[in-house]
Amino acid sequence: MAVTAHRKTYSKTYSSWGGVLRAPHEAVLPTARAEAAAALVEPFPNGVVPYGNGRSYGDVGLNPLGGLLDMRGLDRFIAFDPETGLMTCEAGVTLADILAVTARPEADGGGWLLPVMPGTRFITVGGAIANDVHGKNAHRLGSFGCHVEALELARSDGRVLTCSRSENADLFRATIGGLGLTGLILSATLRLRRVPGLGVETEDIRFDHLDRFFDLDAESTGTWEYTAAWIDCLATGTALGRGIYSRSRHVAGVAAQPPARHPHIGVPLAPPISAVNGLSVRAFNALYWRKLGASGRKLSLGAYEPAFFPLDAIDHWNRLYGPKGFFQFQAVVPPADAKAVTGALLGAIATSGQGSMLVVLKRFGEVASEGLLSFPMPGISLALDFPNRGASTTTLLARLEAIVVEAGGRIYPAKDFCMSARSFAAGYPGLEAFRSHLDPAMTSAFARRVGIVREDIP
Amino acid sequence: MSARQSRIAIFGATSDIAVAYARRSAAQGARLVLFARDAVALETVAADLKVRGATAVEIRHADFADLSTLPQVSRDAFAAFGGLDVALVAYGSLPDQTALNADPAALKAALDLNFVSPVLLANLLAAPFETARAGAIAVITSVAGDRGRQSNYAYGAAKGGCQTFLEGLRHRLFPAGVTVLDIRPGFVATKMTAHLPQGGPLWATPDQVAGDIVAALEKGRAVLYTPWFWWPIMTIVKSVPRALFHRTKL
Ligand SMILES: Cc1cc2nc3c(=O)[nH]c(=O)nc-3n(C[C@H](O)[C@H](O)[C@H](O)COP(=O)(O)OP(=O)(O)OC[C@H]3O[C@@H](n4cnc5c(N)ncnc54)[C@H](O)[C@@H]3O)c2cc1C
Ligand SMILES: NC(=O)c1ccc[n+]([C@@H]2O[C@H](COP(=O)([O-])OP(=O)(O)OC[C@H]3O[C@@H](n4cnc5c(N)ncnc54)[C@H](OP(=O)(O)O)[C@@H]3O)[C@@H](O)[C@H]2O)c1
Repeated sequence: MAVTAHRKTYSKTYSSWGGVLRAPHEAVLPTARAEAAAALVEPFPNGVVPYGNGRSYGDVGLNPLGGLLDMRGLDRFIAFDPETGLMTCEAGVTLADILAVTARPEADGGGWLLPVMPGTRFITVGGAIANDVHGKNAHRLGSFGCHVEALELARSDGRVLTCSRSENADLFRATIGGLGLTGLILSATLRLRRVPGLGVETEDIRFDHLDRFFDLDAESTGTWEYTAAWIDCLATGTALGRGIYSRSRHVAGVAAQPPARHPHIGVPLAPPISAVNGLSVRAFNALYWRKLGASGRKLSLGAYEPAFFPLDAIDHWNRLYGPKGFFQFQAVVPPADAKAVTGALLGAIATSGQGSMLVVLKRFGEVASEGLLSFPMPGISLALDFPNRGASTTTLLARLEAIVVEAGGRIYPAKDFCMSARSFAAGYPGLEAFRSHLDPAMTSAFARRVGIVREDIP
Repeated sequence: MSARQSRIAIFGATSDIAVAYARRSAAQGARLVLFARDAVALETVAADLKVRGATAVEIRHADFADLSTLPQVSRDAFAAFGGLDVALVAYGSLPDQTALNADPAALKAALDLNFVSPVLLANLLAAPFETARAGAIAVITSVAGDRGRQSNYAYGAAKGGCQTFLEGLRHRLFPAGVTVLDIRPGFVATKMTAHLPQGGPLWATPDQVAGDIVAALEKGRAVLYTPWFWWPIMTIVKSVPRALFHRTKL
């Protein structure tokens, strides 16, 4: 532990969710907003990165050997108005906590829900804003930032600024999806959404080719709020892109209790080798594709947890990939030739035989994300995991990256470990405007790798 | 006892374990009166508990190192909601034994805060509970109180002293039907232990400990090892022969 006039730092190890990077950091563990703001003012020798709950797969939230502001201690609610749905909380509050507190069903089954929920509820509000995360309803309600009314941002010059669409609006737009590089988010006000029933009806439909995904999606988008598909990434030829399309919507009068604040079961230790390999993926995919039986359809009614947060049932499921960890890849490609490009991506993956069971295909709509570096844009998004097999995996990732960039698409920083500076600049035209909002104290392994900040920190 | 609308006083309310317990109680609609020395932190915790569902939250400033204020603290706690169902004594400090060895004044301060103050307070709280013939006094001691160890015996002695005091108090209050709960956590990831690695199978979160406290109060338990595996661990630690124990670095 090191103590100076402005802060205490502790040497602690932090790792990426994919487990590929594990490194010591000089961590500050603030428990008060004023303490967090003060810690930023004294320069960190190797810069500093904000850390939420470490659910990013790559290096956006890491700064090996440098400073790290662990925000998990700032986990207090500040105010909630059940008339308007406006909720203010500290940046370290998790989405699981918000659901537990505000999404309790009222007498009519309705309640206040988070408008945007990514595939895990164990992320912080700060992390949700800094990656401008999206959920299965991105085509309807856009990304997380669309529902942020205001945020309180600490800068390393000692100022604490309120940012909103009317106050410091440019900095607000830079901070949404700003990867923690514009300063430290201390708290935020979110506009929650009243749904007439917290419960959902969910329909799963098997489809046997990529083309059918597009048909099902066109048919669903008007009447189903949450949509995404699981893809069997090992299927080739005429079965390329086969999978299961899932769509959900709220049903008035149907209640659902908030999901647990912590997972019930966990993976305490990493197995010595990855439990996710060619054999287990092939077996899983074959079984999963058939799970809907002869009819190929299933309709269910009730809790949203299994539909929205399937992986949250098992704590530290990431450890199943063994000590070498895994990469995640997510990219979005523009709608015009999305079918062909998605086919090309899935083809490259299937030939390599490297994918995993977790593959998600989803269409993003026209609702614009406001952040200068926000990931969501209209088009088709493909996300999947790859067990880390060294060079053969990074070669495949480079191939996918090339296909995406060539098609005018972009790769998601929250999931990325490999993208080049060129690909980042090509995918994110807001980068130049963004640079003028950088806080000079902030950095990350990601920001240096893709050239958002210069390599030579003082 | 159901936590619904129950009246709870917490001494050292900005402790991470205390906050976790308060949050669980708030979610059940409890009424809470909170005592702590850091006014800003106290207000932050109070606002949080209100959003989480507390029916009422009162805050009071208190420095528990100042023993002369304890009678007033006890009266304020009972006055807030006209009686109490649960009183949780949570404050404490984890001093560096090596530093204390060279500094008798610091040793005395550590013993005052971790032993004298909490037992004085528990004894002050006892009388009104005894009169009411209901309720529970819960004090966070520690597994460190179970056996003196070279690395930690000032803290351990203070916690062990609390344990014995609570044992006697429990005996006294038994006829009145008042629960006296001695909470003995193992390693808990809180700001008190931030300088340690805080990872691995022996470490618990404040929320896990809080869950155990809620359950123990509901059952009217006397001694709580939390998480449960500290009971067998401490049974072994206590039974290691002295000759062998002296060769360890514990
Ligand atoms: C199982 C699983 C499913 C997922 N599904 C989705 C999904 O459907 N959609 C989606 O969009 N994402 C998804 N993700 C990714 C995840 O939502 C994002 O990576 C999210 O940003 C993680 O938040 P975190 O709180 O863990 O922050 P971290 O991962 O710790 O940090 C993320 C970024 O936020 C910054 N940051 C954190 N706190 C602050 C702060 N207070 N101030 C400023 N910057 C801050 C960090 O510096 C970093 O750049 C998923 C992840 C997992 C593990
Ligand atoms: N963490 C563990 O591993 C562990 C294990 C066994 C037992 N315990 C015990 O559990 C209890 C709670 O500790 P914790 O782990 O939750 O740590 P914590 O968050 O550091 O809580 C300790 C609290 O005591 C308060 N305090 C200290 N001196 C005080 C004083 N003079 N007046 C008023 N308040 C004072 C502190 O107030 P400030 O916030 O103002 O500093 C702090 O809130 C303690 O009794 C501790 O000994 C902890």
